Amino acid sequence: MASTRETFLDPLVNNNPITLQVLGICSALAVTTKMEVALVMSVAVIAVLTLSNFFISVIRNWIPSNIRIIVQLTIIASLVIVTDQILKAYFYDVARQLTVFIGLIITNCIIMGRAEAFAMQNGPWESIVDGIGNGLGYSLILMIVGFVRELFGSGRVFGVPVLTTVSDGGWYVPNGLLVLSPGAFFIIGMLIWGLRTWKRDQTEVD
Amino acid sequence: MRLLRNILDKQERLFTQGGPLERFHPLFEAGDTFLYTAGHTTRTTAHVRDGLDMKRLMTIVVVALLGCVYMAMYNTGYQANLAISMGAAALDNWQTALYQSLGFAFDPTSLLACIVHGALYYVPVLIVTLLAGGLWEAVFAIVRGHEINEGFLVTWMLFPLILPPTVPLWQVALGISFGVVIGKEIFGGTGKNIFNPALISRAFLFFAYPMYLSGDNVWTAAQTSTDGVSGATWLARAAESGQAVFVPSISWWDAFVGLMPGSMGETSALACLVGALVLVVTGIGSWRIMAGLAIGTIAVSALLNAVGSTTNPFFDVPFWWHFVLGGWAFGAVFMATDPVSAAHTNTGRWIYGFLIGAFAIIIRVINPAYPEGMMLAILLMNVFAATIDHYVVRANIKRRSSRYAT
Repeated sequence: MASTRETFLDPLVNNNPITLQVLGICSALAVTTKMEVALVMSVAVIAVLTLSNFFISVIRNWIPSNIRIIVQLTIIASLVIVTDQILKAYFYDVARQLTVFIGLIITNCIIMGRAEAFAMQNGPWESIVDGIGNGLGYSLILMIVGFVRELFGSGRVFGVPVLTTVSDGGWYVPNGLLVLSPGAFFIIGMLIWGLRTWKRDQTEVD
Repeated sequence: MRLLRNILDKQERLFTQGGPLERFHPLFEAGDTFLYTAGHTTRTTAHVRDGLDMKRLMTIVVVALLGCVYMAMYNTGYQANLAISMGAAALDNWQTALYQSLGFAFDPTSLLACIVHGALYYVPVLIVTLLAGGLWEAVFAIVRGHEINEGFLVTWMLFPLILPPTVPLWQVALGISFGVVIGKEIFGGTGKNIFNPALISRAFLFFAYPMYLSGDNVWTAAQTSTDGVSGATWLARAAESGQAVFVPSISWWDAFVGLMPGSMGETSALACLVGALVLVVTGIGSWRIMAGLAIGTIAVSALLNAVGSTTNPFFDVPFWWHFVLGGWAFGAVFMATDPVSAAHTNTGRWIYGFLIGAFAIIIRVINPAYPEGMMLAILLMNVFAATIDHYVVRANIKRRSSRYAT
């Protein structure tokens, strides 16, 4: 049984949902052109993941195992709908930029994966910690990718111009590739490359 | 020469095992083998199939490229001088300053003036490519502890030729860095790359900085106005208005020889044809790929001619124009035949070439956003080259095993 500390810290680097398990890639590609949007997405995922882990863990002993996926999905879907409504009510602009990807948190593999792999076997407290940890691991990668893409793709950080672009009379020529989705693929790929060079045990044996 | 050998031998112990610069042995090795034949001999039974080693292969490719290099310099200068003599202002940069201080006039009829003017744009790109790309090659060779490979020399020659003369030098450095690292080194280095590194570099720049490289801006090294001394490349203009654009203003022969704006080395189909002869005669480039490519292009453009389109005049452009426009000839001769990233079986080469030709025309004609389909078609088929080979081999095994009664 892993300690609470490990449950929390492991998903940040050693067992990161994006770079090691390669889950949740789809949203990581889609919402990382701007850091602001990536931050809202990260917070939404942390909230949904923590709460879904908690609720599933609380009722895990009463879920019949042959319909457990349906039960898990009902809980996750309810949480996602609530999140979506809150975002639309209070952060309308960002919610519009996130388009379908808030709704698609339902199908985010990380959330189903943690529910199935962790919350079904562990108590509520551990599940909350695991939810936050994995959410933060996901957010960490999202923010790194978002930072690189926004800084070099449009010369800004959180919407604040850092490198003045040529179109604004500055010197920086924005890199258009980073604004396209393949740009995020390259960044995530290089992150994984760097991480696995640093931590050799993450390399898959073939 | 003996003196040089002695100097090298004295330095060698610094780089061999135990020496203070041991980690940098690849650098020494590269310099040494560049100057002299390697001193190694085979220790066990020799298996020489052919005296053609990597070095000779690369040298022949470079020889085949000489025509294109010549045209790159001449045509770049010619286009610039032509535009300037017709009233455009010269670019305000060090190239122009140096050119004028050497005492040359902007005279399109003078061969020497054109070559010098072109070289002022071509040579810096060539040097930057060598420095930036060579740096990454050396870094990976040192970290991985292998020799610096001659494969980069060809990438180095190819890359400047597929860039427009007006490309900023920092983009050259960035592009070749991306191509060498992402296009080649992450797959394990020369011989293991899926994609052609020079084309990956070009594709990176194309998507990252479309303003500079998509061909709808001015590519002549002179300040031309947009109203038409010289505007977009002919390929981009053909995409807009079809064959009609050529008839009054450019003859097919000029396009074939390469006297038109475009990427530096790719405008001249004639120079590429000479290169193709060298490659085919020496057996380095596959004639099957080139022939397949031509057939694919003819088939698809004939099909599109027959189909026709009222909204897209590019449909009507016949194949002989496709051959001489943009990067078709250069891609067909030097890019598609890259022995590493192309198909390896003879049947596979026909299929591979045919599909490149077909896709190049489909992308050129049907997708208005990408007038240069050749680059994308070759990269796409690079991905499938191994798959094609796999099925060709499988089919061969099946055919042969069916000869035996079971």
